[in-house]
Amino acid sequence: MSIIPKPVGLFFHKMASPPHFYRFTGRLIPWLSWIFLILVVVGLYGGLVLAPADYQQGDSFRIIYIHVPSAWMSLFVYVVMAVAGGIGLVWRIKLAEIVAISSASVGAAFTFIALVTGSLWGKPMWGTWWVWDARLTSELILLFLYLGVIGLYGAIDDKRTASRAVAILALVGVVNIPIIHYSVEWWNTLHQGPTVSKMDKPSIHISMLWPMLVMAVAFKLYYVIAMLQRARTELVIRERNSQWVKTLLESI
Amino acid sequence: MNWQEFFAMGGYAFYVWFSYGITFVVMLIIAISPIIQRKQFLRQQALRLKRQDKS
Repeated sequence: MSIIPKPVGLFFHKMASPPHFYRFTGRLIPWLSWIFLILVVVGLYGGLVLAPADYQQGDSFRIIYIHVPSAWMSLFVYVVMAVAGGIGLVWRIKLAEIVAISSASVGAAFTFIALVTGSLWGKPMWGTWWVWDARLTSELILLFLYLGVIGLYGAIDDKRTASRAVAILALVGVVNIPIIHYSVEWWNTLHQGPTVSKMDKPSIHISMLWPMLVMAVAFKLYYVIAMLQRARTELVIRERNSQWVKTLLESI
Repeated sequence: MNWQEFFAMGGYAFYVWFSYGITFVVMLIIAISPIIQRKQFLRQQALRLKRQDKS
């Protein structure tokens, strides 16, 4: 306990209590939603209006403002899901299990968006909707991993057992994450190499870059909002026989 | 730049707007569906509770 500051430790301790989590997130979500909306409006205005057309790709490059943030999030959410699942597996914290499974559908959505927008960008630029190159294939496997997690969770009736099974699947699937990330360096891919993460010399102009970073923050907020909405639903369903849900029901 | 030019996206209108459209729809469904599910579940549980109280 010593390395974690006391107020932080106390906050997590309280958040692990279902009724407290339910009430706190209920108050938090509207605030996050407003910040999200503002960021999306700013990011889209910057990306679709202010940023100049690309000298090679014309206006088709504007797909980048949803493609790259959702691809980043597809990896980020997977790691969060696996870590939360691992915490649930080791310490049997119910809320960690719920965060893990609630992340799965949001992560699957990001992966789907990354694949579809990538395809829609690939058609005019590469002349094909799809190629079996390393980046695209490993991202498709990520989608199947997410769908596997969702399907496995649904197939097991006892949700505590289901959470454990799902956590193991998620942890095994983590091996795919560095493969996706480094695929453009390890293999010859049609997919272009990194443009932003080369921080010393990013090969993208600042007027094109800032809207993408704004969108990336917005998508991260979206993940938190959507995941918490799912977690709240999952929580009341799992805890339907507990006193706090009964109290909640009386107020309806 | 006028609106027509903006929507034309330099000839890439289909690819750009379809990308943004599908992203919007998917994100909306993923964010809204748990809220609807929760409301339905709570309403159904509240009904069950009332019936139990009567009997």
